[in-house]
Formats: sequence, structure tokens, C-alpha cells
Amino acid sequence: MKHTLRTIPALMLASALFGAGPIKLLNVSYDPTRELYQEINAAFAKQWKAKTGADVVISQSHGGSGKQARSVIDGLQADVVTLGLAYDIDSIAEHARLLPANWQTRLPNNSTPYTSTIVFLVRKGNPKHIKDWEDLVRPGVSVITPNPKTSGGARWSYLAAWGYALKKNNGDDKKAEDFVARLYKNVPVLDSGARGSTTTFAQRGIGDVLLSWENEAFLALNELGKDKVEVITPALSILAEPPVAVVDKVAAKHGTTEVAKAYLEFLYSEEGQEIGARNYYRARSAQALAKFPNRFPVLQLFTVDELFGGWQKAQKRHFEDGGVFDRIYGVGR
Amino acid sequence: MHFKRPSVLPGFWPAFSYTALYLTLVVLIPLSAVFLKAVTSSWEHLWRVISAPNVVASYRLSFAGSLVAGLISVLVGFLVAWVLVRYEFPGKALADALVDLPFALPTAVAGIALTSLYTENGWVGRYLTPLGIKVAFTPLGVVVALTFIGLPFVVRSVQPVLADADRELEEAAASLGATRRQIFWRVILPIVRPALFTGFALALARGLGEYGSVIFISGNLPMKTEITPLLIVSKLEQYDYAGATAIAAVMLIASFALLLGVNALQRRTRRFLETD
Repeated sequence: MKHTLRTIPALMLASALFGAGPIKLLNVSYDPTRELYQEINAAFAKQWKAKTGADVVISQSHGGSGKQARSVIDGLQADVVTLGLAYDIDSIAEHARLLPANWQTRLPNNSTPYTSTIVFLVRKGNPKHIKDWEDLVRPGVSVITPNPKTSGGARWSYLAAWGYALKKNNGDDKKAEDFVARLYKNVPVLDSGARGSTTTFAQRGIGDVLLSWENEAFLALNELGKDKVEVITPALSILAEPPVAVVDKVAAKHGTTEVAKAYLEFLYSEEGQEIGARNYYRARSAQALAKFPNRFPVLQLFTVDELFGGWQKAQKRHFEDGGVFDRIYGVGR
Repeated sequence: MHFKRPSVLPGFWPAFSYTALYLTLVVLIPLSAVFLKAVTSSWEHLWRVISAPNVVASYRLSFAGSLVAGLISVLVGFLVAWVLVRYEFPGKALADALVDLPFALPTAVAGIALTSLYTENGWVGRYLTPLGIKVAFTPLGVVVALTFIGLPFVVRSVQPVLADADRELEEAAASLGATRRQIFWRVILPIVRPALFTGFALALARGLGEYGSVIFISGNLPMKTEITPLLIVSKLEQYDYAGATAIAAVMLIASFALLLGVNALQRRTRRFLETD
């Protein structure tokens, strides 16, 4: 009895300190979205305050998409996840059951408010004349891309190259594999994540071309300067769809379900779309895109669903142990 | 087998219990967790993971790389220790402090710095490339990184022993007509040999587990330059926890056997020294 009496003031103090403070939201994201979500978070907090009068503080966590998903599975308290590919959120649903398997149907456009694509970053003046995918397999061209087994961005690049070869050879799988194998022969180093590869290419001066997220390529361009590198957009590439989802069980535990949902819906609003486009993501809204004319070159895009039958299938066939990527490196048995 | 040995310090039982408790809590329990996690999967899956060609290639690189780097560290480390103990020169205190730097530096920093130096257009690499020597993104790069990490272990093991070595022994040997070579092989080396073994074992163990400095310079190409710790991390990123711990278990057992072997060798040389 004595004990309970003593704990009551302590509990009151705790609730005064923690309970009445601002709502806290943790957004676990992948590498190149740092700048995007800084802007989004500020704009959303302002809007939420105006609408409900409550303060919301959003923390961000960044890293390789797969690594981030693993952290969430291992218990990182993410209210929302905004990752590089659907497969990683699928993994959270499958391994930790923190959200339902059909999570991708809950928001418009496959739960991807913005898209991106895979482009080439080359040295100033494009000394190796790299214009399209075909140029990447030429002897003497050194290509930088991370390991698709560990990097989400690298999986998009790999599938983009595969899709290009598939389309060029009228769907001939053998020829596509041969093309991708030749491409990886030109890769001198496989970093584990997209940021690592950008550093290898940009800071250490290794390689003639970096396969990169479009938004990451533009960020690198701004950082390094137009006198150092150029962005080359191929005629055909993959439609990269980095999805977003509320992590149901964590949000329910924190009592943040409502604000987490509103946060993700904000990404689809005109304001959110415009912030996305400003940060070099291809917004879904034509209106937002129109505010940045000439920023996003028109190119032919294919989706993972069209050519690979979805992420689960693509992952299993290409990136799992004993898959095509292993075979390319002679790991097969 | 004596359980208790007389010692100048009292309190054998508290000391012994604490040692046992410490080893259990800090070493044994986490390590047994590795094995327990590994066996949550089927034996067939585990075997397939630990015997996959790229994993086997990585054992080869990790163990051979660590052994070679350990041997280089022993040779160069002995030389450095010798110079630091036996010679006086300006800046000696600075050189002495420099030896420890690889301990303090975050290994990733070391890895990035070494990579920048040794790539084809790096400060060092640009002079090696015309000679046909490629360091960055080859197994040689792995050895370079591991030597960088391993060297201080040897220096710090050998240095105090060398400093304590009685120089009168060398003078006596010389006055009895021993050549310089004989003095080195028959007087100095037996004294420092156990310390060299210790340094080698430490450098080797560190090399086997090293991750941060190696992954930058190795290039991480499957079958060619993937080290085993990288594959463990890579398995984790593919959500294959059991597979990751299975490789870790293989690594543990092999490392333990290797270290036992080195320690046995060391004991033998010490016994030889004592009976001398």
C-alpha cells in the first residue's frame, strides 16, 4: 500500500513530462529522402497545428532500405515507414506482422505518392559517350552500382537494365541475362548501399557512370556542381515506386494512428506533391509537376509488375541466394 | 591437476568466481545465443548456407588474408618495436604514439582513407597501376587493410618484452664469440618469441572479425573479394537470421580452433624457454 501511494505522484510527474508533450512520430525511411522529409515534416507539423491545435514532432531515421526494414522488424518503433521498395515493407508485414499483408492497397497509386526512376550520372562532358543502357556494357566503361542483395536502389537499377534488354530483344530472357552479366563485368566495386556508391563515384572518383535514383543524381549534381558531373536520362527505364505505410501495431501502441494516417495523406496533397517535385521526385500530380518544367525529362517507363510480376517474384528469381544475380557471379552450383 | 595454486594475493575463490561469472555473462552467453539462433532453422538450410560457393570463397579470403596480414604484422611489428626500444631518435615519442592510432581510429575511416590512397588514381595507386599492381578492390587490398589494423597488436606485445630483455645476455654472447646472426636467432628471438605469438594471435583474431576497414577497400565482388563478415551482414539484410548466425558459428569455431593452435604453439615455446 505504501508503495502504491508513493508511485502515484511519480506517475503524475511522468505523465506531465511525457504525456502532455507534443505528439511524436517516427518516420523510418531510406537513404536519399533526408532532404525531402525535412521539408515535408515542417510543412505537415504546421498544417496539423492549424487544423487540430496540437504540436507534432516528427523524427526521421535514414539508412539502406533493407537495413531500415530489418530495424523495424527488430523493434525500432516506427509509426510510419517510407522505404525504397515494396518488398521491404512486405518483409515487415511477413516477418513481424506489424501491418496487414494488403498494406499497399490502402493508399492511392500502390501507396506510392511519388515515383522516381534510374538514371546515369557521368563525368562532365561525358567523356565515354554514355547515352543509353547499351553503352554500359562496352568494354572499358566502368559502372558503379551497389550490391542488389543489400541495396534497394541497386535492385531497381538491376531490374531496369534487365527490362531494357528484355524489351530490346523481344522478351528473350537468355539475352537479358547475358546483357546484365556483361554489365556487371564492368562493375569494379559493389558497395552495400546507394549512398556508398555515390561516395565511391563522386568523392573517390572511381568509375565512368553511376546508376542512380533520379533524385539522388540531382542531389549529387547540386552538391558537386555542374562542372563536375552530368545527369544522363536513358530513353527507357524503370518506374521506381518507393512506397509508404502506417505501421499499424506500433502506431496503435503509441496512439498515433490518426496523425500517422494524416501524415501519409499529406504526401498526396497538392502541397506535399509540390515538395516532392521540388526534391526531384516525380510527383503524381500533374499540377505539381508543371511547376518544375524541364526538370523531369520524358522517357518510356516500365513497372516491376509489368515485366517481373511484382516484387515477390522478382526478389525470388533474381536476388535470393542461388538466384540469377548469384549465377552471374558464378555462385551457382 | 591442481585446482588451487598458491598465490601471493589472497582471495582465490572470489577472484576465480568472478572470472567464471564474467566469462559466462560477457562471452559465453552471447556466443551460445549465436548457436541457439542458428539451430532454429533446418540442418539442410544451414548446410546449404555455410557450404555455398561464395561463402566458401569468403572463408578462404578471410582466413588467408588474416594469416598473411598477421605474418606481415609480425615481421614489420618486430622491426618497429626494435627501433622504438633500441634506438634514440628525435620524434621517438611521436612515433611511439602513432603506433596506437589504428586502435583509436574508427575502422571505416581507415578503410576509406586506404581506399582513396590505393585506387587507380590515388596517391599511391597511381604509381602502382603502371607496374600492373592493383591494390584497391582486390584481395591484396584486404591484406593491406588487415595489416594496418594488425600491426599495433604485434608492436605492443613485443615492445615491453624487448625493453625488459637483459642486454647483458647479448653482450655475454658476443664476448663468447657469437656472431650477430647467432645472437639474434639464439638469444633475442627466443626471448621475444612468446610475445610475437601473442601479437600474431591478436592480429589474426582481429583480422578475422574486421569489417569496417575492409569493406571499403575490398570491392565486395562475389567469389572474389567478399570477406565472411560481409556475408553475415548481407544475410541479415536478406532477413536470413539463421543463415547469418550459421556462418557466424562456422567463423567462431574455426577462429577458436586457430587461436587454440596458436596458443599451444606459444606454450610450447615458453616451456622450451623455461627449461632452458
